[in-house]
Amino acid sequence: MIIKNFGFSGGIHPEDSKTGTDTKEILNLLPPKKAIIPLLQHIGTICKPVVNIGDIVKIGQKIGDAHAFISAPVHAAISGKVVDICPMPHPLGSKVLSIIIESDETDTWAIKETKRVWNTLKPEQIKHIIREAGVVGLGGAAFPTHVKLSPPKNKKIDTYILNGAECEPFLTADHRLMLEYAKQVVTGLKILMKATRVKKGIIGIEQNKPDALKKITDEINKESDTDIDIIALKVKYPQGAEKQLIKALLKREVPSGGLPMDIGVIVSNVGTSFAVYESVVERKPLVERIVTVTGKGIRNPQNFRARIGTPFSDLIEACEGLKEETGKIIMGGPMMGIAQYAMDVPVIKGTSGILVQTKDEVCDKPEECCIRCGNCTSVCPMKILPNAITCFVKNDQFEHAKEYGLLDCMECGACTYVCPAHIPIVHYMKYGKIGLKK
Amino acid sequence: MYTLSVSPHIHSNLSVKNIMWDVIIALVPALCMGIYFFGTQALYPVVVSVLTAVITEGIISRIRRLKTISNGSAIVTGLLLAMIIPPGVPLWLPAVGSACAVILGKEVFGGLGRNIFNPALIGRAILMASWPTFMTTWMEPKLSLFGRIDTITSATPLAIVKLNLSQELPSYWSLFIGNVGGSIGETSALALLLGAIFLFIRKRISWHIPVSYIGCVALLSWIFGRNGLFTGDALFSILSGGLILGAFFMATDYVTTPITPKGKIIFGLGAGIIVVLIRLKGGYPEGVCYSILLMNAVTPLIDRWKWTIPKKFGEINA
Repeated sequence: MIIKNFGFSGGIHPEDSKTGTDTKEILNLLPPKKAIIPLLQHIGTICKPVVNIGDIVKIGQKIGDAHAFISAPVHAAISGKVVDICPMPHPLGSKVLSIIIESDETDTWAIKETKRVWNTLKPEQIKHIIREAGVVGLGGAAFPTHVKLSPPKNKKIDTYILNGAECEPFLTADHRLMLEYAKQVVTGLKILMKATRVKKGIIGIEQNKPDALKKITDEINKESDTDIDIIALKVKYPQGAEKQLIKALLKREVPSGGLPMDIGVIVSNVGTSFAVYESVVERKPLVERIVTVTGKGIRNPQNFRARIGTPFSDLIEACEGLKEETGKIIMGGPMMGIAQYAMDVPVIKGTSGILVQTKDEVCDKPEECCIRCGNCTSVCPMKILPNAITCFVKNDQFEHAKEYGLLDCMECGACTYVCPAHIPIVHYMKYGKIGLKK
Repeated sequence: MYTLSVSPHIHSNLSVKNIMWDVIIALVPALCMGIYFFGTQALYPVVVSVLTAVITEGIISRIRRLKTISNGSAIVTGLLLAMIIPPGVPLWLPAVGSACAVILGKEVFGGLGRNIFNPALIGRAILMASWPTFMTTWMEPKLSLFGRIDTITSATPLAIVKLNLSQELPSYWSLFIGNVGGSIGETSALALLLGAIFLFIRKRISWHIPVSYIGCVALLSWIFGRNGLFTGDALFSILSGGLILGAFFMATDYVTTPITPKGKIIFGLGAGIIVVLIRLKGGYPEGVCYSILLMNAVTPLIDRWKWTIPKKFGEINA
């Protein structure tokens, strides 16, 4: 086990606030009475429904698919009847065509129960299984995993990194997963390494999860035939950002505008690895995931294993509900999560957590004039100048903003976190990127 | 209804007000030393200057119909202005200077964050141009805390050198603790450094400008000594005049100085060169005020200079 890592420049140290849920076991949440399954839960082309209203479906049955390469099918997460196919509110905003299934309360699976022996599978077979299972990156971005596993021939991949940093405050889904399903996570990595013919694996975990570090290390030590290192990472946000993680582990920089595969690396979240294990060995498509429901506004925070399509309100009720002074409901962590306008949006593949803030936690300080303190530039992990970019974007000078690195911004929010003038820099970054497209 | 807003949803609680109050706290030691050495002659101008700045800003906020409550920047401007005028001046002088600093130095540009020049230095430059006699009449430091004493005309250490006066130069120790003639808050290097250390610990200022600025002045003063090359007294040039006050509290003003490390170093070097030029060749014995103002003017240019912009993550060397 190696402790040393190279680190990355910039970053912030927000309070990690994980003590609400990091010791709580993952509970299996009851399947919802009605599941809302959006046909777009990934980056890429939206799926077309392959079932009709009135059809009876079983858990794991494919209900939506697309021909495009960059896409991932969706599956029924409960058994029952398709009652409607219509646009529904989506946690990423706006409405998305969704398949609504009413439960028949029998919870029957459409899959064989025999385990598959993965060692004998060929890489192409593994990729096919992963695609058919609808596995996407579960760290939040939800990029289809089979696409990630198929880099162009000229990109030589030498290292597979598993991301167990979980640097977002509050969230403990990955932490609990590593503790309770260490074997499956490690096996998942081995499957991923086989699928990409990569010999070297690294699992990076932040030091604030010593129990997970130990558990995974024990698991690796049981294996004698694999070259997987475990690296304890410094607790710093955004340690789990792909490019920063690679920099900290391998001292390689993903070129501006490039992808990890350009420097011979593929990164997946530990949750993705678990989903890969489940799809390949257990034959289970991606129909459930670990979700942390937490925050001061939640009465009894928990980690759940919830079906895709479960309305947020079900998860919140399972936590004994909201406190009265609820201010904000966020899908994801406090740094990059998305505020929700309704509680009936469903859990999707990218839902790592639901964070509920109380009214006094909500920061709504008015934006002041930039005093050019430079805090944003010193914490920016991409080493761009957020203040200058903001200034250009405010004046709709998008080309200038691009010159200063607008497109390098990953919207981690570190700049906004430290801004004394409370300028919503991330907002301007998003606005600028939209402006640039026009 | 739940709040909808763009991420992030947590904040470090740092505010402009926090920063301003840190600067105010950091200025306290030097103010205390000024009052200790110059008595009420130093205290009254400080009070008048701060009050005028706060009232002026209040009036302008009313006119501009701003809802924001004061963030303390007017207090900083008022304090800084008082610290760079001589003790014992008639009290209308700091009032006029402070009002000019707030109005012409800051508010005409659109308020804090939009001003090009350091407001306090604008105030001083106006006073210097309008009432040069008051602005160059100095008091002997007298340890008479609150007794009214008559102003005894004295000369600042830099003036003694500049004008070849027959007076004896003060010792380094006097210069260090501030027991010399000079502006209210500029004389005590010790107290100013204490305040500066506080700002460093709080991570409010970075080393780039103070080090490059003071280093440049020290080096050039040593090279271009009055008695030939490499004979100058670097320590004297650092401790006398307003260099330490300027370097740590004015050249580090966020709004009017470059934002990148390289840009800051250029700013410091440029200001250092100007100080030495004015001290050696200019009409004034001291050049800190104008050096910073002149570099303020070129700050947008420095910020725009590609060379000063740090290499971004993953930028490939062209």
